Amino acid sequence: MRSLNTTRKVRHFRGGVHPQDRKDLSRDKAIETLTLPQRLVVPLSQHIGAPCEPVVSPGDPVKKGQKIGEAKGFVSVPVHAPTSGEVLRVGNSPHPLGRLLPAVEIESDGVDEWADDIHCREDSASLSPDDLRGIIREKGVVGMGGATFPTHVKLSPPEGKAIDTLIINGAECEPYLTADYRLMLEEPEKLIGGMRIMTAILGVERVFIAIERNKSEAIEKMKKNLGNDPYVEVAALEVKYPQGAEKQLIKTLVNREVPSSGGLPMDVGVLVQNVGTAAAIDQAVRLGIPLIERVVTVTGEGIREPKNLRVRIGTPIGILLEYCGGLTEGPGKLILGGPMMGLSQHTTDVPVIKGTSGIVVLPPSQVQAEETQACIRCGTCVRVCPMNLLPNTLGVFATRGLLEQAEKFYVLDCIECGSCGFACPAKIPLVHLIRYAKAEVLAKKNRS
Amino acid sequence: MIEAVLTLSGIGFLASLGLGLAAKRFAVRQNPLIEKVEEVLPGVNCGVCGWAGCSAYARAVVEEGAPANACIPGGQEAARLVAEIMGVEASQTESYVAIVLCKGGTREAKSRFEYRGVSDCKAAMLIAGGGKSCTYGCLGLGTCERVCPFEAIRLAENGLPAVDEERCTGCGICVTNCPKDVIRLAPRGMGIHVLCHSHDKGGQVKKVCTVGCIGCGACVRICPYEALSLDDGLAVMDYSRCRECGLCVDQCPTDNITSLIQGQPKSHINPDRCAGHAVCEAACPVDAISGEPGKPHVVDENRCTGCRICRSFCPVGAITMGNEE
Repeated sequence: MRSLNTTRKVRHFRGGVHPQDRKDLSRDKAIETLTLPQRLVVPLSQHIGAPCEPVVSPGDPVKKGQKIGEAKGFVSVPVHAPTSGEVLRVGNSPHPLGRLLPAVEIESDGVDEWADDIHCREDSASLSPDDLRGIIREKGVVGMGGATFPTHVKLSPPEGKAIDTLIINGAECEPYLTADYRLMLEEPEKLIGGMRIMTAILGVERVFIAIERNKSEAIEKMKKNLGNDPYVEVAALEVKYPQGAEKQLIKTLVNREVPSSGGLPMDVGVLVQNVGTAAAIDQAVRLGIPLIERVVTVTGEGIREPKNLRVRIGTPIGILLEYCGGLTEGPGKLILGGPMMGLSQHTTDVPVIKGTSGIVVLPPSQVQAEETQACIRCGTCVRVCPMNLLPNTLGVFATRGLLEQAEKFYVLDCIECGSCGFACPAKIPLVHLIRYAKAEVLAKKNRS
Repeated sequence: MIEAVLTLSGIGFLASLGLGLAAKRFAVRQNPLIEKVEEVLPGVNCGVCGWAGCSAYARAVVEEGAPANACIPGGQEAARLVAEIMGVEASQTESYVAIVLCKGGTREAKSRFEYRGVSDCKAAMLIAGGGKSCTYGCLGLGTCERVCPFEAIRLAENGLPAVDEERCTGCGICVTNCPKDVIRLAPRGMGIHVLCHSHDKGGQVKKVCTVGCIGCGACVRICPYEALSLDDGLAVMDYSRCRECGLCVDQCPTDNITSLIQGQPKSHINPDRCAGHAVCEAACPVDAISGEPGKPHVVDENRCTGCRICRSFCPVGAITMGNEE
């Protein structure tokens, strides 16, 4: 077979935008480990799917890596104690989704002692795919790019759906964020280990490690660490948002289109996993370490010292902000995730969860609300939509409550990347309108 | 000239003949009752009856024997007329009116954050449940105002919807569209309401709103008719028991319980009839009646809430309310 470990010519997907990436704020900051906080709030719902059932009660002692929430149902994963200490409370706490959701509050004893059942595995190479999937699930691994879909589910394609291509997603197209970039630079072996485990589970013949061209050091690093593997290609991608979106990556790399109306990458024989997820799989299988920490980029013009931090899950974000020198001005906007798709927060009490890739702090001067004006029918939103939708039309349908029409115009296929709203010269909140229409259409479907 | 007139009249005559014949030949036969029924319906096509619109409902009444009183906006009157046309007995329908169970306007309730999204309550729900600190409170972005087919709701200056009781038909469209479940239907004409539906603990309510129900239970204790009860930290009114005495209104420490009754009539003791049994004095929950035993008693109008309890106790019928005979 021809060696794929070369860089082919740059490939494209349709649409997309070019926001200022501002990665310069934190790209050269090596990952620092945040000091262990006194108190951790670990939400029981950190993944898409059924929330966990708590298996500890207030007053219980817990050890690092001990399971504190049991998964319910197939599309669900357990959560683990990020450090040793005592359970203070099990109850509703602030969650990045903006609501109060069940969480386990742990007071650290400062010892950080591992649970007894966590140990290295010598035989990881000889495990069967089902064993590997079981381990990945038990260790609470979910998609760490932000959507937090349970990884074992993605690794279990149903009968008749063969996966031939694995894409390790290191595009990190969201502006500001550099967590994945630093991970690729500093811990490429973990990432490659995870990639090999997934390759073993799926038996795929082709692997892409997808990285945007502006991260040339990461591309070099990955190539060097891969050696001469004929099945793996490090693909340098065009710098364009949303290059790292699953469907756009697949289109770019293998020129396949995921079918509309609920189609999944596995329908076209592809699996996409974030680089962070690959590293987490490596840790879970080889070392038996559950997903209890992650790399978070704390950045933005509103923070004094932008940093890339290794943080325990459940650390309230206020502690991260303090560690990074606090805010430069008053609070403007605080976003968990990237500025394009992240969730704005109204309190610093919310904890870091498995899907928190970054915290972007914008000063008040940068978040002036702009007046929404009438649509001038310029068609910019249509041109930039990477899903080939008509955001302007969908926006009108949403405003007028024409939900059936919106559904006919594939509103449910919107990936909410935010390109249309970003590009709109009339500052129409298109994504918000579309999200509203999506929610209403789905609610109507559930009723009937 | 004459030819032109003749030609045009001829064409006109032929065309009218054709149309007339076509109307006869292709006439759609429909039960004439359907049209009659449709005429007495309000014609707003709100769909609350469960059919696609007024004419669909009219057809269902005539052809499928749908109930005559399903039209809620039409109310008693429409039900009576439809029943009359169909020759059936009109059953009694209770009339309802929408009521907004939140008193925390822009001044009373706090905000968690400044909401800058689409001006619609359902859209705001997607952004962390809206900007109001109280997770139960009305968001005040007017979804109910836009869905009301009778223009009975408008946003008042305090950022809360105000229901025009005369226009409201109790169709319940606003109730199903409110994402915060803050609108309920109450029997028409009821004057006393608990205007909050927060199940938060009292301390939390006080943090976010100055007029919310803190679940203290003072109203439950004072109510002589057991119309109020506490449900998970919230006072709930059972309208079938409330007799609008108004005692709870004065008792509520956060001024949440509200009386819509204008000028509640006060009790008045007829000195000629009063024999001084003093039963009323003992019965009055606000100590508004005084007097010596055996002698006519008097009411302190400033204290009297007009609850009418004394009247029900008076053995000689000496107590009247306000101007009533």
